[in-house]
Amino acid sequence: MPAESASLRFRDPQIEMAHGAGGKASRKLVEGLFAPLLFGAAPGPLGDSAHVDINGTKVAITTDSFVVKPLSFPGGSIGELAVNGTVNDLAVSGARAEALVVTYVLEAGLPTTVLEAEVRAMAKAARDAGVRIAAGDTKVVEHGKADQMYVTTTGIGRLLHGVTIDPRSVRVGDRILLSGPIGDHGITILLARGELDLEADLRSDTRSVLPLVEALVRAAGPGVRWMRDPTRGGAATSLNELARDCGLGMVLFEDQIPVRDMVRGACELLGLDPLHIANEGQFLAVVSPEYVDAAINALSLAPGGSEAQVIGEVREQPAGTVLVTTLYGGSRIVDMLVGDPLPRIC
Amino acid sequence: MRFVDEFREPELISKTAEEIRRLAGTERHYRLMEVCGGHTHAIYRFGLKDILPANIELIHGPGCPVCVLPMGRIDDGLSIAQQPDVIFAAFGDMMRVPGTQGSPLEHKARGMDVRIVYSPSDALKLARLNPDKHVMFFAIGFETTAPSTALTMMRGRAEGIRNFSVFCNHVTIIPAIRAILDSPDMRLDAFIGPGHVSTVIGCRPYEWIAQNERKPIVVSGFEPLDMLQSIVMLLRQLKAGEAKVENQYKRVVPWEGNRAALRAIAEVFQLRPYFEWRGLGFISQSALRINDKYAEWDAEQRFEVPGIRVTDPKAAQCGEVLKGVLKPHQCKLFGRECTPEHPIGALMVSSEGSCAAYHSYEHRKAAMVTSLSSIA
Repeated sequence: MPAESASLRFRDPQIEMAHGAGGKASRKLVEGLFAPLLFGAAPGPLGDSAHVDINGTKVAITTDSFVVKPLSFPGGSIGELAVNGTVNDLAVSGARAEALVVTYVLEAGLPTTVLEAEVRAMAKAARDAGVRIAAGDTKVVEHGKADQMYVTTTGIGRLLHGVTIDPRSVRVGDRILLSGPIGDHGITILLARGELDLEADLRSDTRSVLPLVEALVRAAGPGVRWMRDPTRGGAATSLNELARDCGLGMVLFEDQIPVRDMVRGACELLGLDPLHIANEGQFLAVVSPEYVDAAINALSLAPGGSEAQVIGEVREQPAGTVLVTTLYGGSRIVDMLVGDPLPRIC
Repeated sequence: MRFVDEFREPELISKTAEEIRRLAGTERHYRLMEVCGGHTHAIYRFGLKDILPANIELIHGPGCPVCVLPMGRIDDGLSIAQQPDVIFAAFGDMMRVPGTQGSPLEHKARGMDVRIVYSPSDALKLARLNPDKHVMFFAIGFETTAPSTALTMMRGRAEGIRNFSVFCNHVTIIPAIRAILDSPDMRLDAFIGPGHVSTVIGCRPYEWIAQNERKPIVVSGFEPLDMLQSIVMLLRQLKAGEAKVENQYKRVVPWEGNRAALRAIAEVFQLRPYFEWRGLGFISQSALRINDKYAEWDAEQRFEVPGIRVTDPKAAQCGEVLKGVLKPHQCKLFGRECTPEHPIGALMVSSEGSCAAYHSYEHRKAAMVTSLSSIA
């Protein structure tokens, strides 16, 4: 049936902020409107990049837009995010970024000094990540029609040897790994907006995770089933997507999940769950049990991987669901994020 | 992390749970109501039901300020914000609560100037920063949040800020508990008393529950150990045939409450003769209005509001769930028409609403148990 005549599953009457927050609403928009109209009937599980065959060579391709506010924050800025975000999307889909294309949407009135600082930040991040910025485009919109600047990066990458990322290959007994503490980026941004009158010595975790992914693949490639960088929507959303795609249960051990005290404190105060907070320099991996020791060893020895942890395992039940268990025997379901995280009142 | 980890200590939790099992025995069933929505949230978040014996039933009470607010009040607030040059400011909890024409967040997407604030004083700050606009703060909450609304209005008045007003929906906890106790279909053994409300009102206002109604009540904190210890204290009272007010949350709640906060409430507010609660109907002297001294900062007096009563969608059973008569999943709409993404009732919106808490943390666990037992 041609997609144009099929009735779409996406029925929301208008676009809300939640559709861009990376959680349930975003997924509904992609699966209910974009995918059926653009990719045909059944696109299969949606990964962090697509693989395209060019004359018998497979390359990975992905794109991401950055609209962060404020433009710069402790530990990073929009320019760095734009490079690292796309490099990471390629890395966790098993590819090394080779080239990036950059699009800037600039608001008239943006000080050149601000633009220059961000372009310099991009150049540095690209050098650090070992990726070439190959082409670009610029558009300027009227003052008031955009928030200073937006950046879109599109990346192509060469597939890493010895690893295949497929949520459908995940099996009962596999272990869930996390590369380091979660929530640093999201909480840093929340505090940097200055609306909370909270201060903490916290920095965004933005970085290229490619070196860690390469170390993991070298040591445990055949055992690596799935990877994802849990950006918007946090680790909970990524793992819920995996649970749904493979039909198995993701059981996490709460005491094993690395979260800095400052992030925990802010989450406790604001009534947020660290598992729902965005990250920019961490990734999740599912590794078969016989490779898990090699995987953790390799990650801990790689620079920036010393806090990597096994945080849970794949079980048959609760199917399609993420369950967090506590040391004292309690447990709770952790769903995808619904909308933006909104702090509670009391 | 201090003040958190020591109240989640696995060994102490296991010991306390063991004590609960010993006290609860197996002969009888205990029905304990946690009044406060914060407790409801904690019960699900920490999975406390998994470690409590089956004969201890926790009934969710009416202590979720967003949940008990009838839809007509949200419509009234939004109708003010529809007037030109008005900024609608509210806590994050309110943003997804549906009015007849959609939630504040949906109105924002259609162009209304809606701001999330983290305290009433942030709304006053907005008024200072936007002298050509009028900032209306949509105030909700029990005695927990009423003092900060009051202090903000006192400051606004002292500074002579005229482009600021409050749409007051503050409610009081005691009449709600009384309404629950008067409800004929409610058979409760004891109460887990609200923690944060009690930081303001103290423990004395609960004495009638113990003395006249002969029900034990323990004011409780929100960490797993707090709640388990409160259950131990309640069971000990019940076993001994006693009914007392006890304070488990001493590290935060003074017996006499917070006098400065109570003075601020008395300065700005007076009791309404009656107020409508979702599910509980009209309850006399159960809510606060802004007194005449502060009339200029009272949005209800400054603006015309429709004041139309809106009944909840017929099929929704928010009232029964709020009163604890039904469990969230027993409502006909739960998880089908009514979900956190498309809430029909406010209980599905606030993180303290029992439906939202149950939906996020529990209901698929229940489904899992059912499917396992149907296999066996």
